Amino acid sequence: MHTPLLKTLLTERGSQVFLGVLIVTAILVPLLNLAVPADSALHVSTYTVTLLGKYLCYALLAIAVDLVWGYCGILSLGHTAFFALGGYAMGMYLMRQIGTRGVYGDPVLPDFMVFLNWSELPWYWHGFDMFWFAMLMVVLAPGALAYVFGWFAFRSRVTGVYLSIITQALTFALLLAFFRNEMGFGGNNGLTDFKDLLGFDLQADATRIGLFLATAFALGGGYVACRAIAASRAGRVIRAIRDAEGRARFIGYRVESYKLWLWTFSAVLAGIAGALYVPQVGIINPGEFAPINAIEIVIWVAVGGRGTLYGAVLGALVVNYAKTWFTGAFPEVWLYALGALFVLVTLFLPQGIVGLLARARKTA
Amino acid sequence: MKLPAALETFADREHVFEFMARGSRVPRLDVSHNVILYLEDITVAFDGFRALNDLTLYVDAGELRCIIGPNGAGKTTMMDVITGKTRPDSGSAWFGQTIDLLQLDEPEIAAAGIGRKFQKPTVFTEHSVFENLELAMAGDKRVWRILFAKLTPAQIERIESVLETIGLKDQRDARAGSLSHGQKQWLEIGMLLMQDPQLLLVDEPVAGMTPQETERTAELLLGLAGKHSVVVVEHDMAFVRSIARKVTVLHEGSVLAEGSLDEVQNNAKVVEVYLGE
Repeated sequence: MHTPLLKTLLTERGSQVFLGVLIVTAILVPLLNLAVPADSALHVSTYTVTLLGKYLCYALLAIAVDLVWGYCGILSLGHTAFFALGGYAMGMYLMRQIGTRGVYGDPVLPDFMVFLNWSELPWYWHGFDMFWFAMLMVVLAPGALAYVFGWFAFRSRVTGVYLSIITQALTFALLLAFFRNEMGFGGNNGLTDFKDLLGFDLQADATRIGLFLATAFALGGGYVACRAIAASRAGRVIRAIRDAEGRARFIGYRVESYKLWLWTFSAVLAGIAGALYVPQVGIINPGEFAPINAIEIVIWVAVGGRGTLYGAVLGALVVNYAKTWFTGAFPEVWLYALGALFVLVTLFLPQGIVGLLARARKTA
Repeated sequence: MKLPAALETFADREHVFEFMARGSRVPRLDVSHNVILYLEDITVAFDGFRALNDLTLYVDAGELRCIIGPNGAGKTTMMDVITGKTRPDSGSAWFGQTIDLLQLDEPEIAAAGIGRKFQKPTVFTEHSVFENLELAMAGDKRVWRILFAKLTPAQIERIESVLETIGLKDQRDARAGSLSHGQKQWLEIGMLLMQDPQLLLVDEPVAGMTPQETERTAELLLGLAGKHSVVVVEHDMAFVRSIARKVTVLHEGSVLAEGSLDEVQNNAKVVEVYLGE
């Protein structure tokens, strides 16, 4: 409990399993894709690699939500806003990389702007031809929005369900705004038709593997960072705020600063997840802001088990695998299945799958 | 090499510059007039109901003061005003001669040296007893400092000694939520001690305690007086008798009587509104 981070990571069962599986996956998947011939039973197709990469992005997003919800009690129903903003920042860079290869062949303007008869690049699109600037924006755009939003919300002591509702309103407002063509982000079509990233062809197997590894690395790094925060004294303060906010205040902790800081960090993680997601799925559109998606993230975390981080990862993987399978086999049943899952978990598994496993180990 | 005088402050490692001083908004506590808390003409109204009505009350430095009064007399509202939870409609509240409590919010007041124990024991149930005390420890509580904070051997020793004082040494690593009611009350008093406040506000410390636990609590509080000023709100008259030197009776938001318990109990007005019931 008062041990250094490394020791915590090496002795805690859930962290051991999670980091172990992550490292093994990061080594095996590229090997099985590149080194094993395509007709072998052990071959992992590039489609699967990208699908796994997408799941890992969701896992990182789930960690971000678990950090604020599981550890600080802030139930965010708007993390899609930060995820999508990070995604748009990456998408803008990818759009600028297309150059003259677009349908209209304009060296500067993306296709949708030419289509709208715009003659020059809006000011906020400048700089996105540089990778470092786009990466800075991946962090800054969600971070700044979260900071400003959090500053007002936490200072006014908005908590509980009211805060959840305004986070939902935030992402919904952004959804509506990004749907408008005048915003200059491609309207309802969003940004797509990406060609390459840092000069690497996005369709190439090696690039796909590279993106998968980058995502695995970001997930591992995000996990360790969140674990470090949770293990620090600040982590104990944050959990204290979750359990008895007023008490923490009377002891002398400036509760709003802790919340704001944690909230902003979580938003940045979500933004990074979004930026890694976009080149792997090949599109970013306002649909990513959809409030229903934000609620889905909360379900992942609840199913996996909140307040553990690895539970969030597990939940994201399990629910998304189920989604992929269901939407293939019985597409019309999926939303009912998701709703039923949430109800069942809330009623019978308040600690999620992780809690169930812990109980099973204890009784065994 | 001799530095020019103007540069000497820069070379002094111990020098704290004005702009760096922590909580520079809060002046130092000054109790040179031997009074630690001044409440003057405090009025708090909720929808026309006057919870506090021109309340005037002084507490001396190092004093152990008991406040009694029937339900609704304004005891908890008074604590809320002192700790910054409630803003009065009028009146003034000073901590020592220099600190205007009405200008500060809860964390600033806590940092200035006022600690509060609630009526219902509120400890951090998911943390261990040790961690509860660690969280309450006095010191810089800003995010960055706390993120990288490490316990020094001296701090661990301090926590251990408080564990001893409150009699929870054997429960050091137990979840605070698993403690008995009385133990939670003591843990909360221990958390107050870790805050090392000049003034402790203690709301009904023995409610729901067994006689033995009550006795132990009285010892604890008596041990605190002198080093700290303690204000105790309590209903249990036997308990008040066992600890109080000076008692203040509140009634309908203002002070009805003040003095030793015997004086107060023989006061005709007090008998009428409270003890005579």
